[in-house]
Amino acid sequence: MNAPDQAPAGLPRLLAGMPEHGALGLAEHRVIHGELPYSTRRERRGAGALIELVEQAGLRGRGGAAFPLARKLRAVTAAAGRTPLGKRPIVLANASEGEPASGKDRLLLESLPHLVLDGGVLAARAVGADELIVCVDESAGAALRSLTRALSERERAGGDALRIGVQTVPAGYVSGQESALVNLCSGGPAKPTLTPPMPFQRGVRRRPTLVNNAETLAQLALIARNGPRWFRALGTRDDPGSALVTLSGAVAYPGVYEIEHGAPLPALIEAAGGSTSALRAVLLGGYGGAWVDGVAIPQLALANEQLAAHGASLGAGVMVLLSEQACPVAETARITRWLATQSAGQCGPCIHGLDAIAGAIEEVAHGAATPGVGERIARWCSLASGRGACRHPDGAVRFITSGLEVFAEEFADHARHGRCDACASAPELPLPSHVELAAAA
Amino acid sequence: MRLKVNPIACEAHGMCAELLPERISLDDWGYPILDEQPITPELLDHAKRAAQACPTFALLLLRDEQLGRFS
Amino acid sequence: MITPIDAVASSTYWYLTRSTGAVALLLLTLSLALGVAGVSRFSSPRWPRFVLDSLHRNVSLLALAFLLVHIVTAVLDSFAPISLIDAFVPFAGSYRPFWLGLGAISFDLLLAVTLTSLVRRRLGYGAWRATHWLAYACWPIALLHGLGTGSDVKSAWLLGLSIACLAIVALAVGVRAISGWPEHARLRGAALGATAAFALFLVIWLPGGPLGHGWAQRSGTPTSLLGHATTHTTSAKASR
Repeated sequence: MNAPDQAPAGLPRLLAGMPEHGALGLAEHRVIHGELPYSTRRERRGAGALIELVEQAGLRGRGGAAFPLARKLRAVTAAAGRTPLGKRPIVLANASEGEPASGKDRLLLESLPHLVLDGGVLAARAVGADELIVCVDESAGAALRSLTRALSERERAGGDALRIGVQTVPAGYVSGQESALVNLCSGGPAKPTLTPPMPFQRGVRRRPTLVNNAETLAQLALIARNGPRWFRALGTRDDPGSALVTLSGAVAYPGVYEIEHGAPLPALIEAAGGSTSALRAVLLGGYGGAWVDGVAIPQLALANEQLAAHGASLGAGVMVLLSEQACPVAETARITRWLATQSAGQCGPCIHGLDAIAGAIEEVAHGAATPGVGERIARWCSLASGRGACRHPDGAVRFITSGLEVFAEEFADHARHGRCDACASAPELPLPSHVELAAAA
Repeated sequence: MRLKVNPIACEAHGMCAELLPERISLDDWGYPILDEQPITPELLDHAKRAAQACPTFALLLLRDEQLGRFS
Repeated sequence: MITPIDAVASSTYWYLTRSTGAVALLLLTLSLALGVAGVSRFSSPRWPRFVLDSLHRNVSLLALAFLLVHIVTAVLDSFAPISLIDAFVPFAGSYRPFWLGLGAISFDLLLAVTLTSLVRRRLGYGAWRATHWLAYACWPIALLHGLGTGSDVKSAWLLGLSIACLAIVALAVGVRAISGWPEHARLRGAALGATAAFALFLVIWLPGGPLGHGWAQRSGTPTSLLGHATTHTTSAKASR
């Protein structure tokens, strides 16, 4: 572990040494952050102590659920202890990043792959796993190349005494869901499965499986070196440490930024060059997250406890700023329809519910709404939520419901008068590029 | 004991709602909406029959300890 | 040499095997129709889904019961040399081997469908569903067996029953192929085509086949039996 005076104060932490082009090489990575702890054989045997450090640090998952990492590590270790024949657990590093407006995991793999790999290796040692699989979107060419190069670098430097593989994940919003990833790595389709059993109990090839977001592992890589007190020097008590966020929309320099939990949103916007127009609202947490009205932006602090008062959470750190020039109704209709197509197609309430809601919102957007459409949408939202095998419909319903609340005026206006002038303007909420091309054709 | 539906296996045959209307109703698309309450002793036989009747084995009758948590 | 007592006893078995065979065909037809109703999600206030589902299972078991009597009486009957093994192993017998063999195949398929259904929870839904498709093969083979083997084929009642059963199955398959359209469109189109082709085949084949001259001989009735057909009081005409 690094001595306290060697540990970097303040920001950047994960993004320290971030190269302009290409990836940070292994040697430079070691210089900036220090050697990888728990590397010698003797140290590896004591790697379980890492879980205690993680617990003191209070690191929560960065994939959206904010689940305490220490609890997950303990659960996997306990499950492994209970398996007959002592099945070794397996670790999945989730960098599939199916959220269209998110770019942090891709950035980590492209530019700072050794942070993610260090974290994956450390997590594997902590739970006694003998295999690590890094899951990457199949179309993320640069990330895959960078990852492959980083793995050869590590091989040449002696390797990590761990089997490390790469699994490409097909495009799809739910493909990166925990059980979908386990399904894929077990040879099945990238579709969620029924839980229980949870992945930590029985996952890839029936082994206890630890699934962690790439950024969570990157944070772990630094906690192992610098300790829990260093980690907690930034952030809030319930949301300690730093976080990577992807800021896009009506901002001068959209991209990935590293913030301290609890930082005010206006400060982040300013650091990103300021907003490019007056802001109508901000979407927090991606397309499974929630809208917050623009008037509240000056008071917003980026920590889950504070955001909860506004009905939102950070999720995977996705933030999209919606300008006053956009039509929120058209945007909501577009995204809702896309969310409906992204259903894995396994559960009736999700397939039919999201389709029905998307249809109704499209009707409102075109001014063709029939009376009672609000009640119908509300009923379908309650029918779609909580009745699927995964949380996709729940997230979509949260996105839709918060939009109906925040943009109540625009929705009422559209229901009465049909399309507005802003409907024809270029969309501001991003969708995967091939989807956009299809819509434009 | 409680009822649980495997939403992936369920194909909206609807026999469960016919056999246990006290606890199961169907939504707009024919998929079951389960009442969360536990199965009382009077309903137990009906609940077992409903679970056996499901053509895709989607309806499960579980003891409280087996229920676990959805992801 | 057949004694009068043998003649009476064996003609009882002969009656039983033919009648239970016909009833089995009818029950199989009903079972198929009920199965299609189930998968098509048909229901009415007086016929809820679970009732139709129970009926389907019970009618199938009843069909199997009648089939077992049909087989046992055919074996016991001394007129035609049919052994028990011929019920399971097709084409090995000496009495109309091909047409009897079809019955064995149909019976084997029905056994597979029934046994897998009895252990379906252990088998798992996927494997059970895949095997159950064999029911669609079992039925036409059973019909052909009845038309080719049965000595009543020229009688109005059996012909009428066969046509009625064919109509019911054709309707059921038609409904099944159309409901759920257009998923697996090619498969469903093929099913409709196969049904139409089968009906057409029967129309072309029956007049020159079982309904035509000398069918008993052409279908493989052992020559030693051909002249004795008249000692049995059946409605089948002498084959010459």
